[in-house]
Amino acid sequence: MIENNYILTCRDIFKSYRMGAVHLEVLKGIDLNVEKGEFVAVKGASGSGKSTLLHILGALDKPDKGSVFFQGKNISAFSGRKINEFRNKKIGFVFQFYHLLDELTVLQNVLIAPMVQSGTIGWLLHSAKAKKAASRLLGELGLTARAEHRPYQLSGGERQRVAIARALINEPDVILADEPTGNLDSGTGNDILKIFEKLHSAGQTIVMVTHDDRIAEKASKIIKLADGVIAPA
Amino acid sequence: MYDVILPLKLFKSNKLTILAVAAVAVCVFIVIVVMTVMNGLTVDFIDKNHDFFSDCIISTDSLVGFGHYDEFITSLRSSDFVESATPVINTFGLVKSDSSGKNAALSLMGIALDSHTKTTNFAQSLYYRKEKPLLAFAPSYNPELPGCVIGVDLLVERDSWGNYQQWTILPRWSYGITCFPLTPKGTLVKTGTSISANTRTFYYSDNSNSGLAKIDSTVVYLPFEQLQSMTGMNIGPKRAGAIFIKFKKGADFNKSVEKTTALWKDFVGLKSDSEVADLFKTVNVQDFKSYRRESIAPMEKERAMLLLLFLLVGLITVFIIFVIFYMIVGGKSRDIGILKSIGASQFGIMRVFLRYAVLTGLVGAAVGIAGALVFLDNINSLEDWLYVKFGFQMWNREIYAIGDIPSRPGFALPIEVAAAAVIACLLGAMLPTIKAARQNCVDILRVNQI
Repeated sequence: MIENNYILTCRDIFKSYRMGAVHLEVLKGIDLNVEKGEFVAVKGASGSGKSTLLHILGALDKPDKGSVFFQGKNISAFSGRKINEFRNKKIGFVFQFYHLLDELTVLQNVLIAPMVQSGTIGWLLHSAKAKKAASRLLGELGLTARAEHRPYQLSGGERQRVAIARALINEPDVILADEPTGNLDSGTGNDILKIFEKLHSAGQTIVMVTHDDRIAEKASKIIKLADGVIAPA
Repeated sequence: MYDVILPLKLFKSNKLTILAVAAVAVCVFIVIVVMTVMNGLTVDFIDKNHDFFSDCIISTDSLVGFGHYDEFITSLRSSDFVESATPVINTFGLVKSDSSGKNAALSLMGIALDSHTKTTNFAQSLYYRKEKPLLAFAPSYNPELPGCVIGVDLLVERDSWGNYQQWTILPRWSYGITCFPLTPKGTLVKTGTSISANTRTFYYSDNSNSGLAKIDSTVVYLPFEQLQSMTGMNIGPKRAGAIFIKFKKGADFNKSVEKTTALWKDFVGLKSDSEVADLFKTVNVQDFKSYRRESIAPMEKERAMLLLLFLLVGLITVFIIFVIFYMIVGGKSRDIGILKSIGASQFGIMRVFLRYAVLTGLVGAAVGIAGALVFLDNINSLEDWLYVKFGFQMWNREIYAIGDIPSRPGFALPIEVAAAAVIACLLGAMLPTIKAARQNCVDILRVNQI
């Protein structure tokens, strides 16, 4: 446990992958602090380790060396159950390719996040509240009319808004977004970016990976990754 | 809660589910249909043996028989677990038809009608005297004549549907039946230097259809006392070849057999000084299944073999489900990554796919059971139709003593098979499910991001 005001901190993060005979050192000693309410853009060329860093920050992946602290607590030391709870309650992920479940409706895709950490009885007790919150979010994101549609019936921008609603439903402390506009046309990408700006202005902490300078300019802090290290500003 | 909703959604939307359900349904269908038919035939055969021999048999393989049977029957009748008991003589004789002149060596069975009809189901096996079984040895055209009941397959032809072509009016046929009497010591009775043979004429009074092909094609039934005198079993202490015993309703079967054995041992002890005491040495007390083990055991072995074969069917089901679930899990790896990224645990992922497997097993079993019940309900009409249309019969009724094909699976079999199907699905889905649960969500979700 470390005492500071940062919501997310990483210290001396190393990560490498083995791709057949090739050993790829993706992150080579990353130090990063994210303050509460900050909008951090992580920039870098393809293969610079942006997504890997995001996955490590969200406890989807483990670093080979170094530690990640969330509100001062070392998440590398979390048990499996606590990590699952952390991913569900503290972090909201938004992916480039939306990653919605095709079998579920829009509303169910949003509700799946609170469902994951509820037992059957817990869900029966709290589902009304969750459904109300999901409907409100879908309304704010302009998706009320799409609530009962399936993902394949939506446009790319609509799917990404559903993914954002799913990320927000559990009121996470941090939103981790991995090139959320990367798969969208510029107009729709701008709409999505506006949503993130609005969230940021409402006090939401956001860490967004992007290689688009135009998008990075909207962030309150820009971190540039190059060759596995943070490049000097 | 997601692990309840997602299995239902996956089940409804995944086309591979149809394959898995169909595989389970086909296996369940085959097992229920074949087990019903084979079980039915075995159970029917055992029941027919039970009807013919009753519960317990005290018997000797010796043609000489054993003595004091009437005293033992009296003591049995006074016991609290015996409903009735009857003496029987089993021997061989030459039977010559007076009308055709043909003769054959056949089994002769001496029965006392009054006690035999109380102890066995003999009355129901008769054709002409079913309602008045005590008159089975009284030919209807002249009840004063000595009658004999003949195994149905010795006299009556069957049509291609398996129905016996009985004469409407009892034909007046007579038979000369010859026996060679034996002394209590097992030697042939002689008159001077020549062997004595007893020949008497009996008139066909009825036929018996026990449903046991070997018996119905070899046995001629005669009045007990007449056969006793023809075989010399009335010389010295009267002798019989067997005692058939029927236990009281509600009496514990195995305990009753044990009690009968104990009573017999005591009785033999009491009669140790009898002049025919030596004959007791060859006497056995057995329940009807043991007595008929030579016939019943092969069928039960067949049933055991069938169970083994169905174990293989079960393994094939497991393998099919394994392959299908491997494909399903492969197609759902992205969803697994998504679920893990929002906090689903390994066990949660396993629950999703295992519940999906259980659902597949339940629906497959339900479809298979429904199909099997419909098929079994119509199996006899279907066979009739095949016979009329194409001349095909599963069992040639002119040869096999089978009426209808057994078509009642009972209550337990479908439940047992359904449970086995669900377990097979769980086993088949286990490895792919473990693989799914252990997948690294970063590996799944990483798309051109390194």
